[in-house]
Amino acid sequence: MKTHTIVLLVQDRPGVLSRVAGLVRRRGYNIQSLAVGHSEQPGVSRMTIVVESEDVEQVVKQLYRLIEVIKVSDVTDDPTVEREMVVLKLNASSSSRHEIVSMCGVFDAKIVDVGASTMIVEMTGTPAKVENFIEVVRPYGIRELMRTGRIAMVRGARGQFATEYVEHAGGNGVPVPASK
Amino acid sequence: MSETRTGAQIMCEALIREGVEVMFGIPGGAIMPFYYAMWEYRDRLRHVLCRHEQGAGHAAEGYARSTGRLGVCIGTSGPGVTNLVTPIADAMMDSTPLLAICGQVGSHVLGKDAFQETDITGITMPITKHNYLVKDVNDLAYVFKEAIHIATTGRPGPVLIDITKDAMQKSTVPNWDQKLNLPGYKPTYVPNRRQVREAVKLLLSAQKPLIIAGNGVIMSGAVEELRHFAETLRIPVITTLHGIGSFPESHPLSLGMPGMHGWVHCNRAIQECDVLFNIGGRFDDRVTGKASTFAPNAKVIHVDIDPSEIGKNVKVTVPIVGDARLTLQALLEELPPREELAEFHSYASDWLEHIRDLQEKHQGKQQYINRANTAHWALPPHDVYEKLNRTLAARGNYRVVTDVGQHQMWAAQLIDWNAGPRTHITSGGAGTMGFAVPASLGVAIAHPNDTIWAIVGDGGFQMTNQEMATIVQEKIKNIKIAVINNGYLGMVRQWQELFENKRYSGTPLSGPDFARLAEAYGWKGLTVEHSDQVQAAIDEAHATDGPVLIDFRVEREVNVFPMVPQNKSIAEMIITEADA
Repeated sequence: MKTHTIVLLVQDRPGVLSRVAGLVRRRGYNIQSLAVGHSEQPGVSRMTIVVESEDVEQVVKQLYRLIEVIKVSDVTDDPTVEREMVVLKLNASSSSRHEIVSMCGVFDAKIVDVGASTMIVEMTGTPAKVENFIEVVRPYGIRELMRTGRIAMVRGARGQFATEYVEHAGGNGVPVPASK
Repeated sequence: MSETRTGAQIMCEALIREGVEVMFGIPGGAIMPFYYAMWEYRDRLRHVLCRHEQGAGHAAEGYARSTGRLGVCIGTSGPGVTNLVTPIADAMMDSTPLLAICGQVGSHVLGKDAFQETDITGITMPITKHNYLVKDVNDLAYVFKEAIHIATTGRPGPVLIDITKDAMQKSTVPNWDQKLNLPGYKPTYVPNRRQVREAVKLLLSAQKPLIIAGNGVIMSGAVEELRHFAETLRIPVITTLHGIGSFPESHPLSLGMPGMHGWVHCNRAIQECDVLFNIGGRFDDRVTGKASTFAPNAKVIHVDIDPSEIGKNVKVTVPIVGDARLTLQALLEELPPREELAEFHSYASDWLEHIRDLQEKHQGKQQYINRANTAHWALPPHDVYEKLNRTLAARGNYRVVTDVGQHQMWAAQLIDWNAGPRTHITSGGAGTMGFAVPASLGVAIAHPNDTIWAIVGDGGFQMTNQEMATIVQEKIKNIKIAVINNGYLGMVRQWQELFENKRYSGTPLSGPDFARLAEAYGWKGLTVEHSDQVQAAIDEAHATDGPVLIDFRVEREVNVFPMVPQNKSIAEMIITEADA
């Protein structure tokens, strides 16, 4: 099954995250990752979901049925900047510490905590680069690993602008009364 | 206007402002403040006390489906609202505008497993169009406005509002003028003109065109437009279960119902047609059979107000997102002048003739009735329908509510549906047994001058028959119940007979004497055991000024035919007992 990256703009109301997650689950699609946070517009959040699906068009249409979902973009085939962050707690004895520090240099990772026998390392990059980094440091011993999930932004002037949608607030479909 | 109101008063006024006149519900601890306030508004807001919340929900659905207006049901927190779950799911499947108002425990104990606390917004998330938990009295006026807007516009559906007890008790000055803030909810009513032109082009290229009309035609009020459109192009029309009433069956272009228990000629026409125009139907699996084999020769035009329905089950050549009525109007505007349609008309008339030949050759309505009536059964179910059908047609002013199962399919097949939209009310998508009796209550309240016939099996009847007491308490006289009593969960038994070697596991069903039960509720109860008694019982029901139940003790093991076995192509029909 193909993996798709979908970016959503949603109204920031209670329960919207569980609505999105619940919908993707019950329609039979598998979420690989989901990242959510505020957008450039107050009251509007942006989510990036990575799903496995044969029929992404159905996922997109079903997401649009949610009242709080403002915009859905499948950016899988668009040129995008994709980023993910990993935070790792590694075994770091005095003998391996030096090696880990130089490996972090190669991957542009940051050492954010040093303990007696462990180090916490933070690294940001494309999902592939994150994967690569994890494999490289695995031999030292990973005590804990956390990933944020993928976020994606379309390159160039094109994009999904939250401010546009808020201007339309209140501009709902005009109901057409049924004739007798 | 800008006076202080309690939350509960705001709820009542919000409902009145939106035109609500009737509500169906049951009070309980958490919803008591709403009932306290309701008393002040009782001359404008009628409350019908049901015997079970499921009954309240179905009654609200019956009201909504028979009028096109919002149906409102009420339950208290915990078991009250979990009992509403079935009608909410039913309303979701059949696109019914329903508002469920639920009491919730006080906000200070929310999330602490308080007495009768249930996370009903969590439970109903997948089965509502939208839902709300209101904890602040200041949100009530806006939330009711938004909720009712969502329930009644676009593709209608159920919306639930869960309100904490303290939000109903606290007071505020309501702001009725807040603008709706729904940037993500903009239903498309007006179809795209380019798509409309594409549709016309494709339709006119057809030699074997076919229309399938669904619930959307009825909900958008497009019955006249559909007739005009079909007549202008002379295209035959198939009506789905929920499309019944959208096109009169007496019309020369009407073919009847397709699908699992549809007529052979309808399913054959679908398999042979070259352009299939579906307006307001959703290609449910009971219509399509095995979807990959459905209409193999057809290019499909699909009109639906919900974009997610298009391309979901069947591949579509020309999708049109829009309101059925506005789309038909646009299509009519784009049609070429009549003189350019001559060639198309000649193809269409050959095609219709061909379908009529198929109809003659295969089991049609009359053959089906005749075969049953000559089977030496004391009371063939078909006989009940045949006599009821004739009587209703002669009397007029009727609506029929059916439950789910064999009796439902017989009603869809054997009654001549010519009484217009919203005269056939049933549970389609969800297939909810127990729907008919309470739904008929809602229909009867909305249409006091019509006779409402609830046709129900003995299985479904025994699920919700306590609403007979509600009907008496509300002094409703225009409901007649026909129990098609065969002592089985008949449709399951039919499948067991046909596909499971007659292993009647869990299907034989006993019951009380339904006529005496009806009498105990204060109804008139009649029992019919032989064909000779059918007409007299129906006549007596009509002559009685009050609710009447007739227990039709029909032949026990009769099957609904024709039938397409589940997951089979609609080309593979079991047409009569002999094919089974």
